[in-house]
Amino acid sequence: MSIFQNFINSSHSKREFLITLFIKIAGYSAIVFVGMIFIFLLLEGLPAVQKVNLTSLVSSRWYPIEDYFGILPLIGGSIIITLGATLIAVPFGIGSAVYLSEIAPHWVRELLKPLVEILGGLPSVVLGFLGMLVLSPFLRKLLDLPTGLTAFTGAILLGGIAIPTVMSVAEDALDAVPRSYRDASLAMGATEWQTIWRVTVPAARSGVLTAIMLGIGRAIGETMTVMMVTGNAPILPRGIGNLFSPVRTMTATIAAEMGEVANGSVHYHVLFLIGIVLFLISLAVNITASTVIFRQKKRQERILS
Amino acid sequence: MNKISIQNYSLQYSDGTESLRNISLEIPANQITVVFGPAGGGKSSLLRVLNRLNDLADVIHQEGNVYLDSVDILSNKLDVINLRRQVGMVFARPVVLPFSIRQNLTYGLEVAGEKDTERLNYAVENSLHKAALWEEVKDRLDDPAIALSGGQQQRLCLARVLALEPEVILLDEPTSGLDPISTGKVEASLQDLKRDYTIILVPHSVQQAARTADLAVFLLQGELVETARGEVMFTNPQDQRTEDYIQGRFG
Amino acid sequence: MKSSHMRHRQQQFGFSLLTLMTLFTVIPIAGVVIYILILGTPAINWEFLTGFPREGMRAGGIWPAIVGTFYLTLGTSVFAVPFGIGAAIYLSEYASDNRATQLIRIAIINLAGIPSVVYGLFGLGLFVLFLNFGTSILAGSLTLSIMTLPVIISTTEEALRAVPQAFRTVSISVGATKWQTIRRIVLPQALPGILTGVILGLERAAGETAPILFTVAAFFLPRLPNSPLDATMALPYHLYVISTQVPGMPIKIQYGTALVLLVFVLSMNIIATSIRSRARARRQW
Repeated sequence: MSIFQNFINSSHSKREFLITLFIKIAGYSAIVFVGMIFIFLLLEGLPAVQKVNLTSLVSSRWYPIEDYFGILPLIGGSIIITLGATLIAVPFGIGSAVYLSEIAPHWVRELLKPLVEILGGLPSVVLGFLGMLVLSPFLRKLLDLPTGLTAFTGAILLGGIAIPTVMSVAEDALDAVPRSYRDASLAMGATEWQTIWRVTVPAARSGVLTAIMLGIGRAIGETMTVMMVTGNAPILPRGIGNLFSPVRTMTATIAAEMGEVANGSVHYHVLFLIGIVLFLISLAVNITASTVIFRQKKRQERILS
Repeated sequence: MNKISIQNYSLQYSDGTESLRNISLEIPANQITVVFGPAGGGKSSLLRVLNRLNDLADVIHQEGNVYLDSVDILSNKLDVINLRRQVGMVFARPVVLPFSIRQNLTYGLEVAGEKDTERLNYAVENSLHKAALWEEVKDRLDDPAIALSGGQQQRLCLARVLALEPEVILLDEPTSGLDPISTGKVEASLQDLKRDYTIILVPHSVQQAARTADLAVFLLQGELVETARGEVMFTNPQDQRTEDYIQGRFG
Repeated sequence: MKSSHMRHRQQQFGFSLLTLMTLFTVIPIAGVVIYILILGTPAINWEFLTGFPREGMRAGGIWPAIVGTFYLTLGTSVFAVPFGIGAAIYLSEYASDNRATQLIRIAIINLAGIPSVVYGLFGLGLFVLFLNFGTSILAGSLTLSIMTLPVIISTTEEALRAVPQAFRTVSISVGATKWQTIRRIVLPQALPGILTGVILGLERAAGETAPILFTVAAFFLPRLPNSPLDATMALPYHLYVISTQVPGMPIKIQYGTALVLLVFVLSMNIIATSIRSRARARRQW
């Protein structure tokens, strides 16, 4: 019977089978990679907990040469800088997203959006370089500090680095709010300004929240810039005053010290342990961000069905 | 002998949108069988059973038998690719592939492994003649197909199916987006084509159904209400629901 | 209730404030680029671009670093491009909307969020030590590949999904297989978008320092690498080294290196975005 004739010869369908197999493997590879990263961090990081006792790890003294491995100052350094960066990136990122999506004329938007996205692509080492040579001397003079390499300098630069992330995700979210919402609000006599803050931004709030989370994630993981401009002093920040003194983040510690340590030494394992902490933080931040996305999608599906 | 035989066929999609219930239908060769009825009645689903395009959809349940020339086309051993070459389909919206006119026509043959230029050229010219498009496009076969008018695009889609030399042609509201003149051209082509092919048409109006049907099939909410010769169905329907629909009381 | 005059004033004030904030974000970006352009250009000459570093890197050129970054970018693409595009095809064309697919998506989002220095640790643990590739272009490229994957996957998937569903249905209906449909229709139509995604991903790889710190980069290696198992200098790491680790480094060379890195990365960015906008203008659907 002609229908059962096989036009496509078997070598052809074998090739198709292999390609499909590759595509499926590639599809699942992301899960495998995340798993592998976590496993390798655990393998190399967990021995630190056996070799250094916990109270020593959770202390405030980081001085590896004399076997002091207190990671609190590093966590504190990361927190203070990320906090500062968030305080800068959120208003500026969301403000400019609102401007570009709701206020700016079309041509301004077409001009500025790619420009801001270019900043997202600038190598962080270049920004760190300029931060060191230009921003930190400027801040030192301006604020009359003993050194310009401070948490504050790092926070400003990291804020700048996180802005494109926040802006571009928030702008997409605002852009996705249906035109009819705005029209309905304007038709009831609200000004455009009121419409933006009472209708459009609330309607896009989950996307805006995701933008903020991703911005925080970007800031906490940034390495080269903070390593170059924050002075790298492992001092536990105890208040707002520490914003203007040198600090050291978890990322900078790993980057600065891993090159020097002997493989398999206690110091080596502790650096991997810090890697685990960073990994878990980024996992938490991103899962929060993505559940917001998924929840929002579900809600939309409910409304539409 | 009938070309296609559908026996006690039922179908259900996972989202419960449209379904078919216990359809039995004999479709004769070399005639135009018109499947009509209100939207959501299962007309498109029925067409998509015949070339197994439903394989792409989320079907959760299906039972009964469908035979093409006494071959069970629902069998999982069937070469589906081959079936689709024998049962061609034209869609409601003309979808030309983002290629030239010529490539639109040769695409189906090329994926089937045809490399011979002469045979491909013959298929291009022959199919365009049959779809009554040759005169209009013969000088610009290598232009992008998207440049054609809506009516020409739809006839190109018909030609694309004919290039594969199928046995059955399924048309799902092929003239719904076309002006009356283009619609007339398509309908005239169908009358010519039925000499060589078995044609199953979902019309875009009752009038078109009446104009074209050799055999008419009325589908309502997934059920086959009535089957009759075209001239009988539209003058003297047996079922009250058919009569109401034809006279425009609902739908 | 506020008078309409008040509300109008409020709106004017708000709009100006947001405009100002946007300017505050945009001007420094343009400033960074222009500043490096101005201070870096005097350093650029033939010897600087094609020569080897001399006198403890305080003179001579940065050729080995340029070559190293080029090799790393190339090596990254060898692995990341097929895997990234493959994964995107899976998500767009094969995956059904179930828990496993959701898990893949969460994994991709997480992969995108992992700090670059953690990738460096992973690369050190797996490629350099466990698989014994040593500090090498191979180990560095593989590390950068995994880091680049999420960018390539998400932009490619977006490009694939933008291809109208009707093309796929038509192709299947004339007897094409799924892969033939993807190969002959979906991929060619999505090509500009895919290219954009690939270049943006590689751009990120080219500019990164932290992942290559312990996997590939050589502090000072005044020769070109001979094989994928060689270590190499690389532009971003070189900039870090000469701006922090070498006392008495002429400022001109530092700015010159920053400029070359910036041009390398920005030209990829500009190529990527212009491919995208040209394809959008030409698209027939």
